[in-house]
Amino acid sequence: MGFDATDKSELRSMARQGIRILWMLAFATVLGVSSAQPLTAADPEDAWPGLARDIFNGRDLADGTGVIAIEMPYRAEDAAIVPVTLRTALPPGDTRMLKAITLVIDQNPAPVAATFQVGPRVTMISTRVRIDSYTNVHAVAELSDGQLYASAVFVKASGGCSAPTAKNAEEAKANLGQMRFRQFSKPADGPTGGPREAQIMIRHPNNSGLQRDQVTLLYVPAFFVTELHVWQGEELVLAMDSGISISEDPNIRFDYLPNGATHFRVEAVDTDGHVFKREWPVDAAM
Amino acid sequence: MCRWAAFGIAAPNRFVMRRSAQERRWVCSRRALRLAAVATLMLVGLSSLARPQSADAALEIAEVAAGLFVHFGANALMTAENEGGIANVGFIVGDDAVAVIDTGGSVREGRRLLAAIRTITAKPIRYVINTHAHPDHVFGNAAFAREGAAFVGHRNLPRAFSVRGPFYLSAFRRIMGDVLDGVELVPPQRSVDGETKLDIGNRVLTLHAWATAHTDNDLTVLDDITQTLFTGDLVFLRHIPVVDGSLRGWLAALKPLATFAAKLAVPGHGPAAAWPLALDDERRYLERLAQDCRALIARGTPIAEAAVTAGVSEKSHWELFEAYNARNATAAFAELEWE
Repeated sequence: MGFDATDKSELRSMARQGIRILWMLAFATVLGVSSAQPLTAADPEDAWPGLARDIFNGRDLADGTGVIAIEMPYRAEDAAIVPVTLRTALPPGDTRMLKAITLVIDQNPAPVAATFQVGPRVTMISTRVRIDSYTNVHAVAELSDGQLYASAVFVKASGGCSAPTAKNAEEAKANLGQMRFRQFSKPADGPTGGPREAQIMIRHPNNSGLQRDQVTLLYVPAFFVTELHVWQGEELVLAMDSGISISEDPNIRFDYLPNGATHFRVEAVDTDGHVFKREWPVDAAM
Repeated sequence: MCRWAAFGIAAPNRFVMRRSAQERRWVCSRRALRLAAVATLMLVGLSSLARPQSADAALEIAEVAAGLFVHFGANALMTAENEGGIANVGFIVGDDAVAVIDTGGSVREGRRLLAAIRTITAKPIRYVINTHAHPDHVFGNAAFAREGAAFVGHRNLPRAFSVRGPFYLSAFRRIMGDVLDGVELVPPQRSVDGETKLDIGNRVLTLHAWATAHTDNDLTVLDDITQTLFTGDLVFLRHIPVVDGSLRGWLAALKPLATFAAKLAVPGHGPAAAWPLALDDERRYLERLAQDCRALIARGTPIAEAAVTAGVSEKSHWELFEAYNARNATAAFAELEWE
């Protein structure tokens, strides 16, 4: 067949290195399955360093431990609805305030799920996101001095028939723009003055625009909620600037401190320019 | 309409895409590529040694009614080892032709179903019916693409294929590797809206397209002669039901479904069972799930907490409970929150 000596020895050495690579692959597989930790920055597959640079224009990100925590199930049970809770805390005596939290799902097609601007009294935000595959999720808190703090968790997308898309497309269309607002008391606190929780829900399909209609062969246009504002009286409690990783029927639960206002006001805007507005009386009985 | 200015900071760019990171991954030296090729060849060699290829051995089938055959899938998750063979698939033989109901979780399973059909009859396959878009029921479609059959599905099936297909293909490629080779989501040439009758030669099949229940593209097939009902995943037995459409819609569908003139049901998962008794376990589970979620919602419990609570009293009754109950509870909670 005409292999010369060099070719043969090179082949042998390549075979040896091939075996080494196989072992490395085997180890990588074992590690990949058992590790619940976020991928580290040294991993070449880690999208985060590049994402962080692009999203935050190269600003420094400090370790968010003790400042911002992400609560998510390790396994995304339903890829279309993965609950995520962001909690912030500042050490006693730290006079800075939380300004914003950016939620990033590294491996999603559009990784920035949302940026939340918060009023002076918000420490917790819960929402629901879509998860496309195994991914790190980052939350970056910005404090009033401009310093950014980042935390991360790893989430395993579930297999099975779980897909990050609408389950009932007709209903999603029919109920567009409906809103609900719920107010919860926090049993741990007394009847007055303590923090409370509220939840805003909007009916919206939040289509990603990444899907192709098999009949028309056209891409389904992106159609999602881009902005949401919640005011307590005239004071802004929460604002969300959001993308396609937020689940269908956007749903945000947050804590706040009552400021004596009599009404909550909510306004949402979607990619088609629809504006959804409503007001609810503050439930004084709670 | 951007109000970031009110906070005195610049808005982060939410339209940052991951393309650049992916492109970087392709940068790779030639030598590394050659090494990778050698390693791949070795992997391929090893895997073919480990998995002996019996060329499309016929699936094991049972004749549950005259001329109506079923291969019962394992109550398991789809893996490379089981070739995705977890759903019930079957076929009905008429005087002139054959109708296939679901094709399995891989092209290989589809080919083995075709081989099983050929051990029974040489009649042409006139219809390939997909009961809904889930991978374990349709990934075998390509095995029948050259049989000249018309593919039949719910009018929402093409949309489900386009919206979910790419995700299913990549998610199961991760799990099943090259067992997924050749999978094509063949869209139906005939779509069913309401009811349709198909004739395979002195044998009429009544197809019924359902409103959103297990999924938003569920289809049932009633064999009028033997009064046998292929329910697709509108019915689960032993295998925990999976809510991927609407819990309320599913519970509502159970009433008209129970009135179907059938003696025997072939569920999407689990054994064939007398009709409509076959619905009892599933109805009890779905009602329990709904009741638990409603109580949790009324109490103001967050969804993450509800996911690990709702339905757990049903645990001992079902296989694969751990794999699906929290998912069902999550989906049910999000749906029922709007009641």
